[in-house]
Amino acid sequence: MGELVTDKHVKYILSVEKRKDDFESVVMEHLRMNGAYWGLTALDLMGKLDVVDVNEVVSWVMSCQHDSGGFGGNVGHDPHILYTLSAVQVLALFDKMDLIDADKVTNYIVGLQNEDGSFSGDMWGEVDTRFSYIAICCLSIIHRLDKINVEKAVKYIISCKNMDGGFGCTPGGESHAGQIFCCVGALALTGSLDLVNKDLLGWWLCERQVKSGGLNGRPEKLPDVCYSWWVLSSLIMIDRVHWISREKLIKFILDCQDKEKGGISDRPDDAVDVFHTYFGVAGLSLLEYPGLKPIDPAYALPVDVVNRIFFKK
Amino acid sequence: MASGSSEVEEEEQERVMLRDRPEWADVTPVPQDDGPCPVVPINYTEEFAEVMDYFRAVYLADERSPRALSLTAEAIHFNAGNYTVWHFRRLLLESLKVDLHKELEFIERIAAKNSKNYQIWHHRRRVAEKLGPDARNAELQFTKKVLSVDAKHYHAWSHRQWALQALGGWEDELDYCSELLEQDIFNNSAWNQRYFVITRSPFLGGLKAMRESEVLYTIQAIEAYPENESSWKYLRGLYKGETTSWVNDPQVSSICLKILSSKSNYLFALSTLLDLICHGYQPNQDFRDAIEALKIPDLDIQDLDIASMICSILEKIDPIRVNYWIWRKSRLPHVAQ
Repeated sequence: MGELVTDKHVKYILSVEKRKDDFESVVMEHLRMNGAYWGLTALDLMGKLDVVDVNEVVSWVMSCQHDSGGFGGNVGHDPHILYTLSAVQVLALFDKMDLIDADKVTNYIVGLQNEDGSFSGDMWGEVDTRFSYIAICCLSIIHRLDKINVEKAVKYIISCKNMDGGFGCTPGGESHAGQIFCCVGALALTGSLDLVNKDLLGWWLCERQVKSGGLNGRPEKLPDVCYSWWVLSSLIMIDRVHWISREKLIKFILDCQDKEKGGISDRPDDAVDVFHTYFGVAGLSLLEYPGLKPIDPAYALPVDVVNRIFFKK
Repeated sequence: MASGSSEVEEEEQERVMLRDRPEWADVTPVPQDDGPCPVVPINYTEEFAEVMDYFRAVYLADERSPRALSLTAEAIHFNAGNYTVWHFRRLLLESLKVDLHKELEFIERIAAKNSKNYQIWHHRRRVAEKLGPDARNAELQFTKKVLSVDAKHYHAWSHRQWALQALGGWEDELDYCSELLEQDIFNNSAWNQRYFVITRSPFLGGLKAMRESEVLYTIQAIEAYPENESSWKYLRGLYKGETTSWVNDPQVSSICLKILSSKSNYLFALSTLLDLICHGYQPNQDFRDAIEALKIPDLDIQDLDIASMICSILEKIDPIRVNYWIWRKSRLPHVAQ
């Protein structure tokens, strides 16, 4: 088994947006804020955040904010809750929380909560448990969780719980590891994990590990490095991570590296991208791989950043 | 009236840059502002960049015109993931009173290339919502078409569940689930949909009314493929909130025994039996014989009670989750007296 080629991944992340005219750059344009979060968090976990110019990043992030308080995916793009969380997380990485007008961001998020407790992603109303997590995580980071109706928010999430112990995107939706992360994360951040059947959900989650050591997101699907984040962080939050094979999963993630040019892919020998590079590094961090900073499974930020937010205000 | 679909076809043949089209001569494009010293500068293809420059101009001027509608189609063609473009397109559909059935066709064409995109499905829902029950068949057909290519497509299932609840069409849904399960009995999405139908359809009377026939159906599925995680979970789900009926239903224990006696693909039969025992089920000698007959090599037959023996076997046959089974063993009510 190889090792994590940290220096190559750092180079890859820094180089990725310099490429021209390829498919990834076109589809990334509107979600550059997410890309920045993935890339920068991965750099921080590898201890290399200092290779980027803080002021450049921070001024760009701030220029994506709208009067409504929400952030767009790029300058001049409409605000969306997806990018608002990424923006707040990036500012937290750089210890620039003081630049956030917390009341404004709060107003934006509070306005997205629906009568049944669910959240819409933007003013046009797509509803999904992903947005419940994002709203709760974002407000928690800026110390304003009390400004939404937490009880209703939790009730909605619980209404998406299935008989297999997992969660879907809306009530009755199939259990999916990505949605489970969002629901378990939101419940963890609101102190409501007692509402989860941890043994049942833990069993479903650990059944996601397949022979190759990788994790899939649903039964009978292929393994994918991104689930080393979604499944693993959920298992940690419900205290059941020892139920899967750590060694096999580490091997799977390392096998997905491009050892020459850097970057991590979804499965061995596929093309790498920033998204999977982040999830691979974050997964390894959750598995306490040597040389990586620990990441918080609920906030999806390095533990030292979370500690700074809550203990050194 | 421009529906937006013809422009895309045009685009696929020979695309003319917007700056060379006379109908756009009066518009000054607004370039993307990447902010001061962009940290992740992205180089866009020239054509896409130009479309977005014109889009910004039209969007900022709030121009509700047929050419603006065509422009959104072009922008979507390049990148179907931009929330703002879709939003503006909906405003245009309304202002221009576009035939929304035509719009459904347009979405279908875009979805054919990019069906994993959240915005497309959201847009589809908003348009179908406007059409109301008129859209029922179109939505059921559309999702069926997507599912015929990828039967586990998460967005398609989610949309279909929404359509059933908002527009109706439950009548044939259980048959549709059976059809998909016949094609692939391991399709967890179809099992989930089946559960959705029996618990939520206004025509079937709910879980209790459906239990008897569903247990029979599921047991057949398990017999055919005992290694199927989904059918076992479904069987357990049929007794939701009624653990006692589950423990006491001879159909459940019998299928476990049957699979165990076959000595192949018995992992879930074994784990189900373990769950039953943990909830008070008393296995008879037949179960004991079946388990002893499994004769797992290197198994330490120190385990006197059947539950411990089951856990030991599971540790051997499911080594990747050995810690889970060790934990289960540690929690047994009477560990090896």
